[in-house]
Amino acid sequence: MTSTAPAAAPTARAAATPALPVALNGVGRAFPGAAGQPERLVLRDVELKIAPGEIVALLGPSGCGKSTLLRQISGLDRPTSGTLTIDGTRVAPADQRTAVAFQEPRLLPWRSVARNIELGLPRGTDRAAGRARVAELLELVQLSHAAQLKPRQISGGMAQRVSLARALARNPGVLLLDEPFGALDALTRLTMQDLLVDIHRVEPTTIVLVTHDVDEALALADRVVLLGTRFDRPGATISRILEVPGARPRDRASTVLARLRAQLLDALGVPSHHDR
Amino acid sequence: MSFDERGGAPVSRPSSTTEGREPASRDLPSSGRPSEGRRASLFSWASSYGFSTAGTAVGAQHARRFSANALLLGAVIPVGLLIVWLIASEATSIPDYLLPSPGQVIGAGVELANQGLLATYILISVQRVLTGFAIGAVVGLALGAIVGLSDVGSKMLSPILGAIRAVPSLAWVPLLTIYLGIYEVPKITLIAIGAAFPVFTTVAGALRHVDPQLVEAGRAFGLGRLPLLTTVQLPAVVPAVVSGLRLALAQAWLFLVAAELIASSMGLGFLLVDSQNNGRTDRLFLAILLLGILGKATDALVGVGERALLKRWG
Repeated sequence: MTSTAPAAAPTARAAATPALPVALNGVGRAFPGAAGQPERLVLRDVELKIAPGEIVALLGPSGCGKSTLLRQISGLDRPTSGTLTIDGTRVAPADQRTAVAFQEPRLLPWRSVARNIELGLPRGTDRAAGRARVAELLELVQLSHAAQLKPRQISGGMAQRVSLARALARNPGVLLLDEPFGALDALTRLTMQDLLVDIHRVEPTTIVLVTHDVDEALALADRVVLLGTRFDRPGATISRILEVPGARPRDRASTVLARLRAQLLDALGVPSHHDR
Repeated sequence: MSFDERGGAPVSRPSSTTEGREPASRDLPSSGRPSEGRRASLFSWASSYGFSTAGTAVGAQHARRFSANALLLGAVIPVGLLIVWLIASEATSIPDYLLPSPGQVIGAGVELANQGLLATYILISVQRVLTGFAIGAVVGLALGAIVGLSDVGSKMLSPILGAIRAVPSLAWVPLLTIYLGIYEVPKITLIAIGAAFPVFTTVAGALRHVDPQLVEAGRAFGLGRLPLLTTVQLPAVVPAVVSGLRLALAQAWLFLVAAELIASSMGLGFLLVDSQNNGRTDRLFLAILLLGILGKATDALVGVGERALLKRWG
């Protein structure tokens, strides 16, 4: 049931935006401290180039600034130092070349599933084209049967798929996923990861995925970017970048991945119990 | 007399839209979300109260549909009271001028109707209530939107509006009479003042508590200030607006009687004053009964509209 690949869809895509490259140059973000406190540095000196169509996983312990970094790329938040560019131009506030799927589905409870996906369509999409695109996306996330349901009538996994479809409706040059499967149960999470692999095959956009799940990062990403803080300096930065070999979908039990998993867990300070 | 919404504890309620879903608290300090501190505003109690009224209405919908005996149960006490009233007025020696019998009250109604006064009184009162309610609701919505959406607006308006709300309704009467005369304008003004505040408080509170995550999602999908208002913020506060309107209507009936103390010659409030002056206890009873019945009837009408709206937006 996992990869019933709806792979025959790309012909139907009319105004697909090409995947875009992203560049982060010395990005830092500090938050003003509470009254009388010094400001708090969350991110510093982040240097990263992301190729068009690449899937990059941002991995790190809780609260290390992964989501903050993602918000810089989406333009929902601005860095206090450094610059970000998408396709060579500066990221605008709430940059419309990006689309975000948040950790929570954030669906409008009074709108049907289909109408929620509509919200993601680029401004000025004509009605018929929009409806066709929504139908296509519903099929892609396997929710055609649920189009008219309200968010409260569907499960958490379904809601996350709606959120994903809404983000894809934008035809984003860069798709930003903020722990989109974090709140789902383990089995649903695996299904969703496979779905994302299918989606990327059909709509090969650039994806930046925030996760704290090492296995998820290894299953999905071309590169895993590890964020961490040095004990002697405030502010998280990239501590390591790992290339993940192998075409997707990958064998979850592969020995190569097992070795990478051990490395990543070690880097995150968790004993991997891996037998070397 | 100020409406007693304050019974509701000032619970800082998380937004109702993401109920049951895990809040994204993991990266909270770094995510730059609007601070939770805003919730502890003047209006947190108002919105929790507003939502709870809407909530009971929705819950009661099922009870009402499934039990025909709810109607019967609701009728037990009124019928019991009627019987006690009958016995007390007919079978005891309490004089009529203190306790008229139900028959005498009906007789008083028939007498007024024959003079053509009953319909006039009812219509003029209903008209005053509805006009005042409509004006007050619009003013309340506008003020609520300003205070709920703008920090500057809130800081400028909240203190003064809080003070105006605290003024008892009867305190306005002499001033309104001097400024606006004795005809319809001061009466409707007073009712509008009374109706504006419940709408204002519930709307302002609800707008401040629209799920910031939904607002951010709207922003992320390219909604500017005005589309964001119509696509996310206004639909999100529909339940609160509706319960605010319901409170406002009840409030309008309360203020009606105060308003009709202003040199009036018609209306149910006038009937009360006039009957007191003439010792017509039967008419006093009639006026009180009519006020109760009309208030309940208009509230039920709004309740029907409320259920339809909540089905769509709730």
